Amino acid sequence: MSSEGSYYLPDPSHWPLIGCIALFSMAIGAANWIHGNTIGPYLLIFGLLVLFFMMFGWFRTVIHESLAGHYGDKVDTSFRWGMGWFIFSEVCFFGAFFGALFYTRWITIPSLAGTYGTQASIHTNLLLWPNFTGGWPVFHPPATKIFAGMKSVMETWGIAAINTAILLTSGATITWAHWALVKHKRKQLIFSMVLTVLLGIVFLYLQAHEYAIAYMEKGLTLGSGIYGTTFFMLTGFHGLHVTIGTIMLIIITLRCARGHFGPNNLFGFEAVSWYWHFVDVVWLGLFIFVYWL
Amino acid sequence: MSDAITHTGDHTHGHGHDDHHGPHIKKGILPWIGRWVFTTNHKDIGTLYLWLSFLMFFVGGAMALLIRAELFKPGLQIMNPDFFNQMTTLHGLIMVFGVIMPASVGLANWLVPMMIGAPDMALPRLNNWSFWLLPFAFTILMSTLFMKGSAPNFGWTFYAPLSTSYGPPSTDFFIFSVHLMGISSIMGALNIIVTILNMRAPGMTMMKMPIFVWTWLITAFLLLAVMPVLAGAVTMVLTDRHFGTSFFNAAGGGDPLLFQHVFWFFGHPEVYILIMPAFGIISEIIPTFSRKALFGRSFMIYAIAAIAILSLIVWAHHMFTTGITLSAELFFMYATMLIAVPTGVKVFNWVSTMFQGAMTFETPMLFAVAFVILFTIGGFSGLMLSIVPADFQYQDTYFVVAHFHYVLVPGSLFALMAAVYFWLPKWTGHMYNEALGKWHFWLSVISMNVTFFPMHFLGLAGMPRRVPDYALQFADFNAIASVGAFVFGVAQLLFLANIILTIRGGKKATTKVWEGSQGLEWTVPSPAPYHTFATPPVVK
Ligand SMILES: [Cu+2]
Repeated sequence: MSSEGSYYLPDPSHWPLIGCIALFSMAIGAANWIHGNTIGPYLLIFGLLVLFFMMFGWFRTVIHESLAGHYGDKVDTSFRWGMGWFIFSEVCFFGAFFGALFYTRWITIPSLAGTYGTQASIHTNLLLWPNFTGGWPVFHPPATKIFAGMKSVMETWGIAAINTAILLTSGATITWAHWALVKHKRKQLIFSMVLTVLLGIVFLYLQAHEYAIAYMEKGLTLGSGIYGTTFFMLTGFHGLHVTIGTIMLIIITLRCARGHFGPNNLFGFEAVSWYWHFVDVVWLGLFIFVYWL
Repeated sequence: MSDAITHTGDHTHGHGHDDHHGPHIKKGILPWIGRWVFTTNHKDIGTLYLWLSFLMFFVGGAMALLIRAELFKPGLQIMNPDFFNQMTTLHGLIMVFGVIMPASVGLANWLVPMMIGAPDMALPRLNNWSFWLLPFAFTILMSTLFMKGSAPNFGWTFYAPLSTSYGPPSTDFFIFSVHLMGISSIMGALNIIVTILNMRAPGMTMMKMPIFVWTWLITAFLLLAVMPVLAGAVTMVLTDRHFGTSFFNAAGGGDPLLFQHVFWFFGHPEVYILIMPAFGIISEIIPTFSRKALFGRSFMIYAIAAIAILSLIVWAHHMFTTGITLSAELFFMYATMLIAVPTGVKVFNWVSTMFQGAMTFETPMLFAVAFVILFTIGGFSGLMLSIVPADFQYQDTYFVVAHFHYVLVPGSLFALMAAVYFWLPKWTGHMYNEALGKWHFWLSVISMNVTFFPMHFLGLAGMPRRVPDYALQFADFNAIASVGAFVFGVAQLLFLANIILTIRGGKKATTKVWEGSQGLEWTVPSPAPYHTFATPPVVK
């Protein structure tokens, strides 16, 4: 279907349908699991495996088409715009959770504590939650019988600061890799990519370690009330994105090793590096607003 | 733009018959299914979106008729209140996510590549995925009707704590189906925005793009901005229900009002997602049948952009009675009123386009003119609702129901129907039956007003929305509304019949179809060949 100069149009493909089956199985698997039905986890894992199969097959097709030279500049531009807008939508997803955090801290907590400056706030506190004093972190939520609160929270300048340094460094190493790729410095490229992957893995290890401390020692859990809620949901979704990003980095490193990319053919590489920078920037937001301020 | 097109023709296909209106597939049911399931062709995928939308239109419509049957007279008639709540919930969800949105995306699939001179959508495989996720998502949503407990019964807005502490078990299936719809919408919007930005034919500058393409550019941007927020909202509901979080629970330091903020940050732009493509359609149809260029074209584009920006900062007008502070109420009131300015510009431009035009009133034009008048009524009632002290009275009454049905039925839906009549000859190669089309129009426009106009009075008199039973004094208007609704429902069968008849036969359509047609899609043969603009046209 493609010829020189015209836009490459792919043939009919079965990968999207396989992707639908994957997401469908994951959706009903997860819902069933939550409801305690035995089939739930199996369906979820089945869906996940199908999803990996789909991604492997779909991307393999794309890589073959790319290496066969089907894609001109215009297809490349489509991919770039596509990845850019995808990251934009991801930013908006995190925006919802950051918005929830800011709303809670600036409006909800003072309102419940009677310090928001309105009659309604004073009455809410007096009539409903007279023992609630507010503040952030919320060590003692309004109803401590249901949401127990926590003993302490994670320190700013402990693991979180180390993880900040790790992610910032990984942002530098992937830029190094980009430079090496453009300059044909193959050894440096592989070395800096492996380094980036390792930094991603160390970050994830430290975060898991942090979660363990939170649950075991500090009593900081998802059920601790609003502080635990925002802490784990924001860092958790970020951690999920770091996991996805690390997997993508590993694949890209393997593709670098196979010499798939050149200075004029590096969309796959750049897409992953954009994604990694995005994850990096989200973390900076987390460090400032979740751990620090 | 249209006067200066040098059409370099469609090089891959001649002007034969139906053999070029599809891929070459073997005979039999399996190859036929395979063609539609695996297709990467924008016209195929557009067709699939439109048919899914039409199917869901009858499903959601049947639910609406059940609701109107129950409300025909006071007292409980045919269903218990819980089932009534399930019907209002599913009716809303299906009409928004299953009818209007897929139909708009279907039109974008069919038209955007042809209008900008592109060979297809930018990412054809992703396009297939965006569509086929929807049948799976709606399978999950519909399956909730058969689950233990009940289907979702908290209204399409699924406010916490109705959906958290008090939601039925099926709520979790609803949540995951919304996730699938969201993934579908995000990927679909991404594809459309990339197509518009990257696939325009040489010479097709941004300002030369048809208004329909412009509206979809803005719509796609809004979808990418707010569908992830909806995903966040349902995720928070899910974790509040099952994983111990307290986003929306004051006992843990959260706030049910937070739900409304997150939801309406998605929800208000969503209504522009539903209406923007309709604006685009009307801006194509009115000039065609007025045989004039669109009045104030560039202002139309600025108005669309202004509406999109404003739509992101007005969400709390849905929350005037929740106790938000006075300063917030004032801000959101004035910001909402400001939207009337660009909307007024658009209505003014449509009317000015018709002014002194050589107008004819074929079915698409009838729907378009009805759109301008009746959407404006919906806009005015929206303006009334934006006034904070007035909204204290209107909130949660039938006045709100009347308002949003006026912008959605003679607004979005009429525009979509106008679009189907307008472009059907280009899609099928046949003219539709004009007499049947006019019957469909007049029955629809009369019955729609009979259904929804009395709801204004009911609301002003104080009838609350989302109730299966009501006080005696509301009986007359409710009976009238129910009669109108059933007539409207029957009228849509004429629409279905007309489409099927047009697909199967009818007068051959010419390339240009309409005397006053403008734009690249009218330069390719009717029916449009399976692949158009493999070599881009040159737009001067
Ligand atoms: Cu609104």
